[in-house]
Amino acid sequence: MDTMPKWADIVLIPLIGLILAFLLSGLMVLASGQDPWEAIKIMVEGAVGSSYGWGYTLYYATNFIFTGLAVAIAFHAAMFNIGGEGQAMVGGLGVAIACLFIPWPHWTLALIGAMIMGGLFGAVWAAIPAWLQAKRGSHIVITTIMFNFIAAGLLNYMLVDVLKPVGAMEPATAKFPEATHLPSLNDVFLIFGLDLFKRSPVNVSLFVALAACVGLWALIWKMKLGYQIRAFGHSEPAAKYAGISPTRMIMISMIISGALAGLMAINNVMGEAERLVLNSVEGAGFIGIAVALMGRSHPLGVLIAALLFGFLYQGGAELGLWTSIPREMVTVIQALVILFTGALDNMIRMPLERFFLARAIRARAASTPAE
Amino acid sequence: MTDAPAIELKGISKSFGPVQANKDISIRVMPGTIHGIIGENGAGKSTLMSILYGFYKADKGDVFIRGNKTEIPDSQAAIAAGIGMVFQHFKLVENFSVLENVVLGAEDGALLGPSLRKARKELTQLAAEYELNVDPDALIEEIGVGMQQRVEILKALYRQADILILDEPTGVLTPAEADHLFRILEGLKAQGKTIILITHKLREIMEVTDTVSVMRRGEMTATVKTSETSPEELAELMVGRKVLLRVDKKPATPGDPVVEIDNLQVVDEKGVERVKGISLNVRAGEILGIAGVAGNGQSEILEVLGGIRSATGSVRIKGQEIDLTGAHSDGRSRRERGIAHVPEDRQREGLIMDFKAWENVAFGYHHEDNYQSGLLMDNAAIKRDTEGKIERFDVRPANGMLEAKSFSGGNQQKIVLAREIERNPELLLVGQPTRGVDIGAIEFIHQRIVELRDAGKAILLVSVELDEILSLSDRIAVIFDGQIMGERLPSETDEKELGLMMAGITDTAQDHSIEEIEANLAEAHGEVH
Repeated sequence: MDTMPKWADIVLIPLIGLILAFLLSGLMVLASGQDPWEAIKIMVEGAVGSSYGWGYTLYYATNFIFTGLAVAIAFHAAMFNIGGEGQAMVGGLGVAIACLFIPWPHWTLALIGAMIMGGLFGAVWAAIPAWLQAKRGSHIVITTIMFNFIAAGLLNYMLVDVLKPVGAMEPATAKFPEATHLPSLNDVFLIFGLDLFKRSPVNVSLFVALAACVGLWALIWKMKLGYQIRAFGHSEPAAKYAGISPTRMIMISMIISGALAGLMAINNVMGEAERLVLNSVEGAGFIGIAVALMGRSHPLGVLIAALLFGFLYQGGAELGLWTSIPREMVTVIQALVILFTGALDNMIRMPLERFFLARAIRARAASTPAE
Repeated sequence: MTDAPAIELKGISKSFGPVQANKDISIRVMPGTIHGIIGENGAGKSTLMSILYGFYKADKGDVFIRGNKTEIPDSQAAIAAGIGMVFQHFKLVENFSVLENVVLGAEDGALLGPSLRKARKELTQLAAEYELNVDPDALIEEIGVGMQQRVEILKALYRQADILILDEPTGVLTPAEADHLFRILEGLKAQGKTIILITHKLREIMEVTDTVSVMRRGEMTATVKTSETSPEELAELMVGRKVLLRVDKKPATPGDPVVEIDNLQVVDEKGVERVKGISLNVRAGEILGIAGVAGNGQSEILEVLGGIRSATGSVRIKGQEIDLTGAHSDGRSRRERGIAHVPEDRQREGLIMDFKAWENVAFGYHHEDNYQSGLLMDNAAIKRDTEGKIERFDVRPANGMLEAKSFSGGNQQKIVLAREIERNPELLLVGQPTRGVDIGAIEFIHQRIVELRDAGKAILLVSVELDEILSLSDRIAVIFDGQIMGERLPSETDEKELGLMMAGITDTAQDHSIEEIEANLAEAHGEVH
């Protein structure tokens, strides 16, 4: 029964979750002997108070848009892709290979090449669990988690034994050549004479991420493929009845999902680090799950949720820098937000539904005269 | 016997959120009678009985048992008050024996032995008294549904029930089993038990009840003596307007065969043979009805023809062989061959319940050129199409933007039918066209199917409702245990004969005992599982 207005589902529930998470975080900060009000001020100031802060917030958000979209498209096919982390790692490997071994004449071509390689590597990494699910019935949640570990192992091997330049002490590739360096947003705005986002890592990948949002929206809601994916996600027997192959839908949705997660590497590997290091993904694959949940698997929702988590990441980093609030506390705050907006969705939904139901009944009673 | 009613409900009201399931309902059921409660799906019958059995608490109103006001907060209290309930879906432990199921929840002490011995004695007594024959040591999973139902009745009697409520008891029974059940009920009545029979089948009401109450949209519209009413009057009371109970159709003028099925065999995922070499054909301008107890292979035939399931054998559509392996065919290729399919379970297969009505109108046909515009789907075209279909098929509410789940069963079925029939298929597969559909919509749906037949199309109908098979079909094939037991013309057969054939008995002229019928059914049933 639809008793709750749509706006309450999309806006009110995440908002209440967020407020509860912040209240609880405030109490924890208070308990650690700090001033929560001060902490919020530092977070806001650090994340969105300057164009430098914004630069970092947007940089993180770019990562989360990619991984959030990846989880979202899989959700539409009723697949829970927990492997965004591994797919982004392997995508990074693809990007690194593209950047290191092909002599690109210009960054635009390098970007296209890196997108293809990153997407392809990520897609392959998701396609294996997808195939196992479609053909062998191995549960996608289990296999994608496993593939995160395999990806970490693979990356370790590649960086330590294969891609590490001779004589280097660190498990990382060499610096990518100059021609593959992506323009930062600062470079872009300088063309218009604006000196914004100075020294921050946000780069043109952000535009790719935004384009991906639009593209995925069209795919899900406007294209035949999205229609089929959604139909399959809602009911497998119905999909079979309509002549939609479950195997095809699982494979396609997971390949798109993996490709999107892999694409993240153009931001963190190519755009920021300009070389591939271990642990370059830094949990963004997992944050993507929270982003997709909070964004209700809708590209616009994912965009907004990604910005929020970008803010939390950057604000949290600043908090660690300028106060004696322990670093772990920042992680706790991020976890609380994930907990309240993602996992505890129903806890907030139930009382709200009851509230709206009661309101609807009262409205009905008022409109029908007493007998 | 006193003159106090066995059960009296006074002013019972119950709402779930904004839905008023029961509105100021009062009935009196006299002891030693069979009282029918009839109404469409969602009329509030089950809610009312759940209140009586302590599953729900009424918002308002009182319950009187044998003249005493009684509170029934839970089913324990209902049992204590002498009320027994036989649910539509049996509540039995499959891997327990009959005896263990009867005792379950009514054990006398920590040791099981004495209770079981006592129950065994009592069961023998009850069996002799009421024709309630069961094998106390058989496992539930090994006996047929008819016997399972008797175990449910025995459970209630063992708990000293003298008011018995049966919720849609014949839904899973063949006509012979139903008749047997009614004989049992008559026997119980003769012993002074009070019986409440909930059903949507008019025939049963007329056959066994003494009085009948009609419910419509949560209200009790009438309570009458069965001998003083007629099926037509009851139907009118249920729906609120005059309804045609018989399908109004001209004799068929069949043409060439549209589908020819030859030696079709289906083995399911568990390796069980569900269809064992069936040959059938359906001609243009003809409705072939397949009658059978659910689970005897009829669903599989529809699924094979609809491209959902693979099979061996041969199927020709208008003389052309189609692929049965599933390697080169699916639901889509079948549609391109001119086969439309109204599946048995519309909520699981025929519709995506969370999709809007207009999205469902394209379902299965979403590849069609007129639904595309370049890379995107032409949603505007689909919505226009939906508006027309909603109007022509009288879907209510007439709003294509609503999700499928917000329509009633009948209107959901109209959406599916509109989608499939308006493709003007050569062959229409229809499974359970009116399951969970209100009487008013049944009439409409039957008319549309007959219209398609009159337009010279072939129709393959599968239904567990014998009434529907008899009134709609031009030819009837009876399926039992994956095999066709024979074909009959509706004018030359009746429910009794079909019912026996559905139990695997072909020499229908002779009399057959209920034991033989049940043994047959249980055997087929056992193999199916």
